[in-house]
Amino acid sequence: MNTGFDWVALAEYSAIGLLSGGLLALVALGFVLIYKGTGVINFAMGEFMMLGAYFFYTANVMWKLPTVVALPLTLVAVALVAALIERVLLRPLSGQPVISVLMATIGLASALHGGVDALWGGNNYEMPALLPRKPLTPGDILIPGQLFWSFVLAAFVIAAFTLYFRYSKTGIAMRAAASDPMTAYVLGIDVRRTQALTWMFAGVVGAVAGIVVASMTSLSPALGGAALGVLAVIILGGLDSIAGAIVAGLIVGLIESLTAAYLGGKVRDIVPYATVLIILLIRPYGLFGTRQIERL
Amino acid sequence: MRIGDFRASYAQDEALWPTRVQQSCLVALAVALLMLPLGVNGYVVGLACMVGIHCIAAAGLNIMTGYTGLISLGHAAFMGVGCYAAAWAAQRGVPTLLTLLWAGGLAALLGIVVGLPSLRIKGLYLAVATLAMQFLLVYVFREWDSVTGGVRGVNVPNAHILGFELLNDQRMYYLILPVAALMLVGARNLFRTRVGRAFIAIRDKDISAEVLGIDLLHYKLASFALGSFYAGVAGALLGYFYRAMTPEYFTLQLSIFYLAAIIVGGLGSMLGTILGAVFMTLVPEILRAIVALVAQWAPRATEVLSPMQQLVFGLLIMGFLVFEPHGLLEIWRRLRRSFHLWPFRS
Repeated sequence: MNTGFDWVALAEYSAIGLLSGGLLALVALGFVLIYKGTGVINFAMGEFMMLGAYFFYTANVMWKLPTVVALPLTLVAVALVAALIERVLLRPLSGQPVISVLMATIGLASALHGGVDALWGGNNYEMPALLPRKPLTPGDILIPGQLFWSFVLAAFVIAAFTLYFRYSKTGIAMRAAASDPMTAYVLGIDVRRTQALTWMFAGVVGAVAGIVVASMTSLSPALGGAALGVLAVIILGGLDSIAGAIVAGLIVGLIESLTAAYLGGKVRDIVPYATVLIILLIRPYGLFGTRQIERL
Repeated sequence: MRIGDFRASYAQDEALWPTRVQQSCLVALAVALLMLPLGVNGYVVGLACMVGIHCIAAAGLNIMTGYTGLISLGHAAFMGVGCYAAAWAAQRGVPTLLTLLWAGGLAALLGIVVGLPSLRIKGLYLAVATLAMQFLLVYVFREWDSVTGGVRGVNVPNAHILGFELLNDQRMYYLILPVAALMLVGARNLFRTRVGRAFIAIRDKDISAEVLGIDLLHYKLASFALGSFYAGVAGALLGYFYRAMTPEYFTLQLSIFYLAAIIVGGLGSMLGTILGAVFMTLVPEILRAIVALVAQWAPRATEVLSPMQQLVFGLLIMGFLVFEPHGLLEIWRRLRRSFHLWPFRS
């Protein structure tokens, strides 16, 4: 073979994949937050992304508020919606079997998706670009500017949350409530409040991811679809570790970019699911998950 | 006020429908269902056909999720498998009843394959595995042009029963009704047998069930195969009923529709399945009627019909889980109890 393999193209696709994985890692963080904090798997994470993007679009484009006002307003609004959902839907279901809670969040996803679709319509909206577009060129590789800055933003948000959980008093309380709600309660931590806060944080994280994704592509009800793929991969890394979430996000980004480049765009959408099925068959508790030991 | 339900012999205790009242109600219902197409217009008959198909599919999901505790988010995809298998066979002139069996059998086989990981994974992991299967199968439906017709869809020839061509909804009704009745009674009967009881034991606590000598591998796969068989048959009937099918029909939304049906109706009950299927078939129709009414003043209303359905399905799932976890069945039982105890209150 005299036409050698195009290593530069591979490097470029890999870089793009890893960078786009940053936002997916943000979505993954949303899943992990809620799972760790409340033991619920939130199938509606993609809908939080959607909600954030639509709220921001409404505030910024339709009401013509400047970005610095619209962004905090959006995040507060999504946090309030998330708190409301926790209060009305999840709290009454606490202590119910996993299967009921799971189905409740599936219903929530369906309702939010339909609600957004009905209110804003199924059209594509053009979002204003939030991040600098100027491409970066390290070596021979060309990286779209928005992608790079979205990765930086995602990394910043994830780092901020990690630090918050490690050092702030509320963060420590939330970790305590997550690891053992009963003991935390006895020690005087308001578990209800931390759980509501968990949902609000997850909502904010999802909204940030949604706004950035929408500003890079366009805004439509299909926006949240990627989140299910992230959920599929995240359970491989284990649902209860933030590091696992970041790795899962990066893996999804990388695999999607490479398959889109070498196998075509149609295959891209199902690749996370195919990966998951194969791995679940080989290692049922995920790549890093611990084998659960159950007793009667 | 009815005093009690006393059973004096084993035959009475084992009866599928123990009381005289139940038996006469069933006979009346059967007669009414048989006479239905004579008395109503084509729209209602079409609706009744859909109720029948939804009943079969929801019964399959209830066997898996409601009775065995294996949550599945890929039920629609298994219906799709049944539908395409039926189309393939029907185009080659296979008799209709055989086609139904073949469609169900193929779906069951695939169900076993998907069910294999369920032996080691459960709960969330199983939900995600079936979700993955849902997307993968819809992808196959879209891309496997030679069998599924790709995005353009596939045509299903008319069904034939003993040389009698089922040209219209009225005639389809007389195919769907007996099949649905047979499968629902079969499912009800199943839960009086060893297999059905094993399913329930697995749902309640799988480790205890294993300790009691129930082979988890065997029975979980059986549950998956059976639920998928029901989905396959329902899919095949759906193909015969619509005469053409596209992959867009068998999306995640349809899987959620059936999940909603069994939650709204009542998990782990065949009567609940029927109630849920009837209710969930009527909801979109009622929505459509409301939208048509509103559209007289606001012409844009018809555009939001599909999202409104999604919204209402989601709200129904959440509402029933929070306020009435046992579904319509519990409401029905409460009604019946207060009727039985009248003039006293329960």
